Amino acid sequence: MDQTFSGQLVNLFAAFLLLIAFAMLSQRRVLTLIRLFAWQGAALAASTLIVAYSTGQTHLYFSAALAVLLKVMLIPWVLHRLIDRLQVRWDVETLINIPATMLIGIGLVIFAFALAAPISEMANTVTRSTLGIANASVLLSFLMMIVRRKAVPQVIGFLAMENGLFFAATSATYGMPLVVELGVALDVLVGTFIFGIFFFHIREQFDSLDIRHMEKLKED
Amino acid sequence: MDFLPSPLSGALAAAVSWLVIALASLAPGRNALVVRRLAFPLGALAGLALAAFGLQAMWLPAAQMTLPLGLPDLPFHLRIDPLAGFFLMLLGAVSAGVCVYAAGYFRDESGERLTLIGLQYHVFLASMAFVIVADDAYLFMVAWETMALSSYFLVTTDHKLPAVRGAGFLYLLVAHLGAIAILLCFGVMSGGQGDYTFDALRAAELKPLWATVAFLLAFFGFGAKAGMIPLHAWLPEAHPAAPSPVSALMSGIMIKTAIYGMVRVIYDLIGGVRWEWGVLVLAIGAATTLFGVLYALMQHDLKRLLAYHSVENIGIILLGLGASMVFLGFGHSAAGALGLIAALYHTLNHAVFKGLLFLGAGSILHATGLRNLNDMGGLIHKMPKTAFYFLIGALAISALPPLNGFVSEWLTFQAALQAPLLANGVVRSVLPLFAATLALAGALTAMCFVKVYGIAFLGQPREPRHAPQPKAPAAGRDAGTLEQYGMAWLAAGCFVLGLFPTSFLLMLNRVATSLTGKGLSRAALESNWLWLIPSSSVQASYSPGIFLIVIVAVTLLTFLLVRRFYHGRVRYADPWDCGYPGQTPRMQDTADAFGQPIRHVFGPVYLMKRHLPGPDDPAPKFTLKIEDRHWYWLYLPLARLTNYVSSKIALLQQGRISIYLLYSFLTLIALLVFVR
Repeated sequence: MDQTFSGQLVNLFAAFLLLIAFAMLSQRRVLTLIRLFAWQGAALAASTLIVAYSTGQTHLYFSAALAVLLKVMLIPWVLHRLIDRLQVRWDVETLINIPATMLIGIGLVIFAFALAAPISEMANTVTRSTLGIANASVLLSFLMMIVRRKAVPQVIGFLAMENGLFFAATSATYGMPLVVELGVALDVLVGTFIFGIFFFHIREQFDSLDIRHMEKLKED
Repeated sequence: MDFLPSPLSGALAAAVSWLVIALASLAPGRNALVVRRLAFPLGALAGLALAAFGLQAMWLPAAQMTLPLGLPDLPFHLRIDPLAGFFLMLLGAVSAGVCVYAAGYFRDESGERLTLIGLQYHVFLASMAFVIVADDAYLFMVAWETMALSSYFLVTTDHKLPAVRGAGFLYLLVAHLGAIAILLCFGVMSGGQGDYTFDALRAAELKPLWATVAFLLAFFGFGAKAGMIPLHAWLPEAHPAAPSPVSALMSGIMIKTAIYGMVRVIYDLIGGVRWEWGVLVLAIGAATTLFGVLYALMQHDLKRLLAYHSVENIGIILLGLGASMVFLGFGHSAAGALGLIAALYHTLNHAVFKGLLFLGAGSILHATGLRNLNDMGGLIHKMPKTAFYFLIGALAISALPPLNGFVSEWLTFQAALQAPLLANGVVRSVLPLFAATLALAGALTAMCFVKVYGIAFLGQPREPRHAPQPKAPAAGRDAGTLEQYGMAWLAAGCFVLGLFPTSFLLMLNRVATSLTGKGLSRAALESNWLWLIPSSSVQASYSPGIFLIVIVAVTLLTFLLVRRFYHGRVRYADPWDCGYPGQTPRMQDTADAFGQPIRHVFGPVYLMKRHLPGPDDPAPKFTLKIEDRHWYWLYLPLARLTNYVSSKIALLQQGRISIYLLYSFLTLIALLVFVR
């Protein structure tokens, strides 16, 4: 596989990544959201694999395997179990309506590309053009956390943000050192479990996972 | 003297033993007897040892030590020099008397409260010792804050009363404001080099502007603790709220650590004293002096009154310091040293006599349950010993020779009267004006203590319903033996400091020499045990011994003559009868009545709220309230401003996670834009 072809493949998967980020932003159903999250993980793993193959960075194989294991299989499975247990399969509400969110998202993407342009100039990796996409998916996931009203989509937003971060690392510098990646992956996993435990507590307290109820917690 | 430990390790041992006593008073299962019989007397012994080491340190060169404690790479540095030695002596000597007194005073406390008091009290003492021996900003601030916190808990011993909690909060607030200023001052002095040992701060050369900023921060930061106006408001609230031995410690010693801090930072660490600074110190000192005594005259709560006198005396100390800074700034080292010596001498004197007065007030409070002067009267019959010691304290604070208050105020005058040396005409003519303020304050102080003594100890008991209070089982008894020992120790201090000023002058000259490089003039150093000569024998000299002999001789002679030639027998009559038979105790002068002329003369100073009943009022009731103007132009507006700003900032806290996420999102975007 020559460099230009693999570069184009990486670009393709990066586009998938961004597309899925937008899809998640517009998705109302929790189940579909989890499925999209798994797909995003798959796209991430695929692009990492291609980068690993074309540049010969062996530790990226491990990263790709880790991504498949955690982000395509384990975490979605945990999330499925969670919403089964919590009985929260219904539609999710957003704070801002979806078209407006999409518009803001487009603005963020433009901003992310403008931000990434000078860095991409300096980087000499095959994947340098995807840095803007990585930035954009981080920001979009963040936006999703802000506009969602229920706790589970917010956590998915948080996890998706980590995907974007991981992608940014791969595209800018062929990935972080493996130790760091392992650490981050473990953190995300542990974070998911902790969130799960919190959900049960929140629901016990308020009989709902709607985070509006938490406004009562502030001091007056 | 090889068999003695060096002053620094000795002082360290004494301070650590205070800490050990503090922890030990928690140990014996809330046993009040152990704390009273063991902890406080041992604390007094540690105090005596500390005083001895401090005294020794004043004659030795500075010594340093590094403790293997503190943060990594940031060990605690200790240093003892004549200045630290002097303040250690003050701390040790005064606390010894107060500890002995406390052993007797807390006889009615329950074990639970007393163990806590024992803990906080000794931690408080130890932290003051560490403030004095600290040689880096880190240890200094740690000790300084420990001092503030432990004394806060002591002030709020009676935390069940809302007024006490309020007083404690005000104290804590002002203490922290001061601490912030001090912290910033150390930051300015280090100049960003990151080394906070005092050696490094001493070596750092500051630009004139930054030196002035450091001076202002130090002056107001330490001034908040000392109680100079306009930062004095906590003092008349916190001192009466605390138990009396604690008031004695706070007023006698703690506010002196602020003076120590000022001298240490301004003379030693910043160095290169400028005369403009001195003028500011003089002006604030004069205002503090006058304000303190004028408000003291209006008080009828004995401990509040004493607290306002502490404000006044801090003003006097500041006058001495200010004069010294003016002279040093103009390069007159001998006069500068004299001012510094006068200030430090007054610091020691005030610690001794104000400690004594607070202890006396404590004995009155303990025996009768009274704090309001208007309820007292005739206490001299029931408490003759307390009356005697209180009289000594009252004479000393009124600056009557041959007691100690006179010596230091006289030295302050002598320093101020060196004004003709100065080149700047304005300063030359203003300096004596400040001295005149001091004279006025001295006279008003004497008047105030005539009032206190006359109202409380002389006359007849005022309100009979107040006299025996069920709260105090010891009503009408004199102070206990241990209380008397404590007061006697401090009273003896008043005499020693008053009668042998020359030895103290020479001792303080070592402090001044170590700080400014030069000491008093040659003539002053030739003072002998009989004559005290501050600058030169042509100008002024004072001999307390001769004064004492003359006073004793004149009194004896008058007494004998009157006995011999007039009637020759003792006559008994009702006190303050003024020739009118059939008086009731309610017809006596009250504390408020005593202050009335001053209230008229200095009317604009006070914020008076008075209700005068009309002549046809069937149930006439006269009320009078004197309030501090500072509350209205400084404290309350500041509090309102703080409240307003906080309520605006509190809008940030919406309680919605989305909003919080939005904050971090916008921050992220802003940072990305900015860093790009």
